[in-house]
Amino acid sequence: MGEQHKGRLKVYLGYAAGVGKTYRMLEEAQELKRQGVDIVIGYFEPHGRKETIAMTEGLEVVPRRAIQYNNAAFEEMDTDAILRRKPAVALVDEFAHTNVPGSERVKRWQDVHALLDAGIDVIATMNVQHLESLNDQVWHVTGVRVRETVPDWVIDEADEVVFVDLTPQALRNRLERGVVYAAEKAQKAMDNFFTETNLSALREMAMRHTAHEVEEKLSAGPDAGSAEVAVAVSNEPASQACAPAPRPKERILICLTGNPFSAVLIRRGKRVADYLHADCLAIHVAQAGEERDTIERHLSFARNLRIETHVVEGPEIARAISDFARQQHITQIFMGRSAPRPWYRGLRETVVQAVASQSREMQVIIVASKRR
Amino acid sequence: MADRTDHRPDPEELLRRVQAGERRERRGRLKVFLGYAPRVGKSFRMFDEGRRRKQRGQDVVIGALQGSPTPDIEAIIANFEVIPPVRERYAGQTWDVINLAAIFRRHPRTCLIDGLAFDNPPGSRNPYRWQDVEELLDHGISVITAVNLQHIQEKQGAVERITGKRAAYSVPQEFLLEADEIEVVDAPTEALIGRGQDVSMPDPRQLAELREMALLLAADVVERQLQGYLDDHGIAMRWGAQERILVCLTARSSARAMLESGHRNALRFHGALLAAYVEHARLNAADQQRLNLNLDLARELGAEVHCLRNEDFVEAILDFAREQRITQVFLGHTGRERRWWEPRSPLDRLIDAGEDFDIRLFPHREG
Repeated sequence: MGEQHKGRLKVYLGYAAGVGKTYRMLEEAQELKRQGVDIVIGYFEPHGRKETIAMTEGLEVVPRRAIQYNNAAFEEMDTDAILRRKPAVALVDEFAHTNVPGSERVKRWQDVHALLDAGIDVIATMNVQHLESLNDQVWHVTGVRVRETVPDWVIDEADEVVFVDLTPQALRNRLERGVVYAAEKAQKAMDNFFTETNLSALREMAMRHTAHEVEEKLSAGPDAGSAEVAVAVSNEPASQACAPAPRPKERILICLTGNPFSAVLIRRGKRVADYLHADCLAIHVAQAGEERDTIERHLSFARNLRIETHVVEGPEIARAISDFARQQHITQIFMGRSAPRPWYRGLRETVVQAVASQSREMQVIIVASKRR
Repeated sequence: MADRTDHRPDPEELLRRVQAGERRERRGRLKVFLGYAPRVGKSFRMFDEGRRRKQRGQDVVIGALQGSPTPDIEAIIANFEVIPPVRERYAGQTWDVINLAAIFRRHPRTCLIDGLAFDNPPGSRNPYRWQDVEELLDHGISVITAVNLQHIQEKQGAVERITGKRAAYSVPQEFLLEADEIEVVDAPTEALIGRGQDVSMPDPRQLAELREMALLLAADVVERQLQGYLDDHGIAMRWGAQERILVCLTARSSARAMLESGHRNALRFHGALLAAYVEHARLNAADQQRLNLNLDLARELGAEVHCLRNEDFVEAILDFAREQRITQVFLGHTGRERRWWEPRSPLDRLIDAGEDFDIRLFPHREG
């Protein structure tokens, strides 16, 4: 018992600014405080919202830390001060935030991990569009490439994820009434990002993702064996007529290149692996004269998502991939579309075709390049 | 199983949409709070919404209350005008029936109805309370109401498999789908277990399963509403947050491997499984029989089977995949290398053109 145990992380997940994540977090904080829990505000973003600010009344605030960058002052959460104060629970708004350069840690979620490691429970807020695995989907729907992302495993490891719902109509009413942003900004927001379509799409993603988190926690729970049953009863698209025989564990291999599309490939392969509870590996076949920096960036992006990466040598790319896959008992190979063949090689096989014909015991997946 | 090859909007369907739109103009708006278990806080959220609307000057009354309210709810309803239900006795039981006549006379802008899933006693104007709500809406009165997952008719079987119990009263799922707004009330399962000493409360595991089911139901409602909105506004966006898997069947493909994998994927992603074949006349008897067996297997695994009629296999699959918002296409491939004199195979063409879905290749089994 004497050893330090990790704090618990609870995340209020929303789908847009103004749905009420922070409010719900503060509501819970007030309730905890009434129960005598030692709780502080580690970081709070008021956005000038009166009702929300009122909810902070009586809660202790750990002041932010000022950081100078490019001759401007920025304020970040003062993680060290919270660690010194050592409350039982700390509230942290905007979990996906990227700290200003010069901060001790790059991401706020890393600051939160420092708090958890010190045994402090954390209640945090985040929007679904910051999840790494949804980055491409969010971009296709909204046209916005979200830069501040959080790897999915960080949320998977949270002890509790709670979905904060508000209908898009109600959110747009709030915007109109100036509750969320000042009037001018609100009108702009409603014309651009906060359209009914975008909001509905993001909301559906948040619902599905929270359901996924609940299911993950179920299958990781004490009697995980029956999780498969839970999956089977909880939806109806496919009948339960066929009880699948036990199968060897799926193992997914993602083939990386220097092509920028590799990021999409990594996210998609990892997402499928997560849903199938499959192992996930990535491979790059080193080629003479290639851009090492780009490759290294893709490999490190994969590692950040907890994908095991490998670099192999081989004159023939397809052969190297299928040999590695066989040796690693891979069941599914994820690839990008091969570049169009130059006219003089028009009749030769593409890498995709070669891998498909050489890896006949595996599935080969060519990932969508223009996913809606 | 649906069999659609004609994608033009049906005039009947268009007319239905226009009429529904006109009806909606005159109708009150319906908002439903959906909870996954008792005490998740949906009634509180409903009354709180009523309170906020009233603060903004809307004319809001309460049309039905349920059980004995918790202190926080009691504090809210103290400020409301309540139109009490009529207490009726029938066969030794008491029933609270919404006083429709009184509400019509009072004609508020919005009426709060706690507890949507109730039956009215035999001989009432409507057998079910949700039909009373429909009447309020038809009279131009907006309704905010709350319901739990266990009362949604189409989900009752699944809920019973989890909890071993079946709720007495139910509301058709269609009622939710037709609502203008549905808001899901989510809460961690632990928060419920401490509340009250109710022995009938499902255990944590069961609660988590109910919670997941409620979230997915809400997501399905949102997806359907969103697609409806896009269609109504003529927006060509094809939205697919849900994974939709299409297995392309031929006489030669390893149908079992593809279908079983598709089935597993669909379950894992809570997605849809479709199977399609492109009809062509030149199949010999043996191939036709093999194809039929494959189609039977597809149906057995719960796939929605479609027959596509198009001279061109690639075009048929591409059109169908777009129309059905498919995210993954499963295809068989022979895996042998193409000889240099052969034209580009359909598979190559599909890979080149099918950029907006994943293509999952399955080698044909020999023999």
